[in-house]
Amino acid sequence: MNYYARRLVTLFLTVLFVVVLTFTAFRIIPGNPALAILGTEASNEQIALLEAKLGTDRPLLVQFGHWLGNAALLDFGESLRFSEPVLKLIVSRVPVTLSLALLALVISVCTAVPLGILAAKSHGKKWDALISIGTQFGLAIPSFWMGIILILVFGLTLRWFSVSSYVPWSESPILALKSIVLPAVALAIPQIAVIVRYLRTTMLEQLNLDYVRTARSKGLSERSIQYIHVLKNALLPVITIVGINFGELLAGSLVIEQVFTLPGFGSLLITAIGNRDYPLVQGLVLLIAVTVIIINFIVDLSYRWLDPKIRLK
Amino acid sequence: MVGNQVERQKILDIRNLRIELKGRRERLAVVDGVSLSVSQGETLGIVGESGCGKSVLSLSMLGLLPKAMEINGGEIWYGEREDEAQPLHLLKPKELRKIRGREVAMVFQDPMSSLNNSLTIGYQVTEGLRLHLGYSRQEAAAQAIELFRKVGLARPEKLLKEYPHQLSGGMRQRVMIAIAIACNPGLLIADEPTTALDVTIQAQILEVMRQIRDQDGTSIVLISHDLGLIAEMCDRIAVMYAGRIVEEGSVADIFDRPRHPYTIGLLNSIPSPSHKGHRLHSIPGAVPALHERSVGCNFAPRCQYAMECCRIEQPKLSPVGFGHTTSCFLVVEEGVRKGDNRNTADRAEGTGEVLYETSVAAEGTGAASR
Ligand SMILES: Nc1ncnc2c1ncn2[C@@H]1O[C@H](COP(=O)(O)OP(=O)(O)OP(=O)(O)O)[C@@H](O)[C@H]1O
Ligand code: SF4
Ligand SMILES: [Mg+2]
Repeated sequence: MNYYARRLVTLFLTVLFVVVLTFTAFRIIPGNPALAILGTEASNEQIALLEAKLGTDRPLLVQFGHWLGNAALLDFGESLRFSEPVLKLIVSRVPVTLSLALLALVISVCTAVPLGILAAKSHGKKWDALISIGTQFGLAIPSFWMGIILILVFGLTLRWFSVSSYVPWSESPILALKSIVLPAVALAIPQIAVIVRYLRTTMLEQLNLDYVRTARSKGLSERSIQYIHVLKNALLPVITIVGINFGELLAGSLVIEQVFTLPGFGSLLITAIGNRDYPLVQGLVLLIAVTVIIINFIVDLSYRWLDPKIRLK
Repeated sequence: MVGNQVERQKILDIRNLRIELKGRRERLAVVDGVSLSVSQGETLGIVGESGCGKSVLSLSMLGLLPKAMEINGGEIWYGEREDEAQPLHLLKPKELRKIRGREVAMVFQDPMSSLNNSLTIGYQVTEGLRLHLGYSRQEAAAQAIELFRKVGLARPEKLLKEYPHQLSGGMRQRVMIAIAIACNPGLLIADEPTTALDVTIQAQILEVMRQIRDQDGTSIVLISHDLGLIAEMCDRIAVMYAGRIVEEGSVADIFDRPRHPYTIGLLNSIPSPSHKGHRLHSIPGAVPALHERSVGCNFAPRCQYAMECCRIEQPKLSPVGFGHTTSCFLVVEEGVRKGDNRNTADRAEGTGEVLYETSVAAEGTGAASR
């Protein structure tokens, strides 16, 4: 079997595994959607009636098969809480979370790469030490806390950014961007710390290799050695880290959305879990899982593109 | 340095060079008072066992010493004409970079690790041309194809877009040579250019280097621990031991009239047709580590002629013939006369047979081959 076919099979199996896991997990934990909808005063008959309507009275396996069959046709059912199609609910939240995660990704890569290079270049000197202290903080501080600090400083004290008033992209891209900058920065900070450290180490390792000596013997400046010869080799492992961390970024954005009251997946997921809104939870989890898996696939492709040795096989 | 006053212009002149490890309390010298020169169009061979400082010496000629080392005395002059000789040991990094790859170029030992695996061969060959000669991409690519032809690489056009891992070791070493000669440097330093390759490929690589020398008049410093290989290529040979030059002379001097016990030991360890079937002689012991080096002759612990004075004082490099110098008390004190007798005897016999055994007396191979 060729590489891509093999990848697709594992991809499919991973998605299936995630789906089964969420499906069972949410049914094992206590809580009843009918009860959640009707409130604690509801009578047993009312509950039974609603359960029949929702289909939650049927055996688990039947429910699962039913759901899976529909999901394959992109029909994730109707939200119990909002009485709207799950897909529609999710799609309406996509711009917020996606733009947040992407902006955080862009910020982290654009800051981390130069910082990592700077740290490697000034190995053992002032900048290296400063950056190292900075990354320690970045790693130690949880992003939700960083978010709160950012709100306090830039939102409430300096009033540079609007806090707690999300403007949709369709309305005003500039205002939308302004409303997600702070959370994106909060999300990006730990990522920056990870990437900087990783890039610094790989670059320092690379600088000791023979090919760097060859490059020097050609009379190249340290600049072009670092930016062309070493960076291309050092980016390879960094891209993997960035890709693996994208899942973390999505998870982080679920939390940070709460801090900044952004109407993204985070708030939707938390409402859905609180209400035992199974169709919505499942739809969301499936979507997030698929996104992460696809990102990893893209990382893999770019890895193959960057490393000529892998490209040939 | 009396013997080195050749008429041809010296392109490289190293005087009393001392390279030390940095930041130690005791001063450990990796290269200890080395003087060498290379004339225009000449090929100088440097031989010596592993760890005696050949690579460090060669890196110093490009200002590429490892971070842990520094030049602590002596001079390195480079210049194709006398009036434009530059002191490489004094140059700033920026000035050195103009010389590297342009004037002095280097071929390294391991072609497998010396190329960058994520850049195309074409990029790596054209880089120097664009930097030093200001070629455009197209001009550089055209020149690279020429260079590939010159070093005997097949399908040069295709090669431009290929990556190092697609090539064999021999091809990579040809690429390394192409990179080194790209800007037509005056001096090419080859540090064990064939050690990592198998024998047939070795011969091919040497042939390429010989062609370059003959066509372009490039001066070459060829470093190896293989005297046989050096003999094939070089005009002059410097024998290095534990950071010092112990004997220097023409190929004939070294092979027919070796004086230093270490040189003789090296010669006896070459497998040659006349030694066929006999046990190969090898010098017992190993090169002393940096901290084991003494005030006296560093070869003393392994030398069968070691005398009292050898352990106390360092023998000076002294002339023993025209352009032939050696540093050994044996030769200076009593051996000069003895050696001269031997030389005349050799010549009188006219056998052409190399008689290293005369010096080594009845020891080792000497006894075995009788
Ligand atoms: N980067 C370095 N840092 C510290 N010491 C070094 C370094 N490189 C080499 N040395 C030491 O310098 C001495 C000379 O090493 P060098 O590599 O020049 O030997 P060589 O003659 O080239 O040997 P070989 O035939 O193995 O290449 C050795 O004792 C070695 O341990
Ligand atoms: S100086 Fe003494 S120890 Fe050194 S090589 Fe000569 S005889 Fe041997
Ligand atoms: Mg070496």
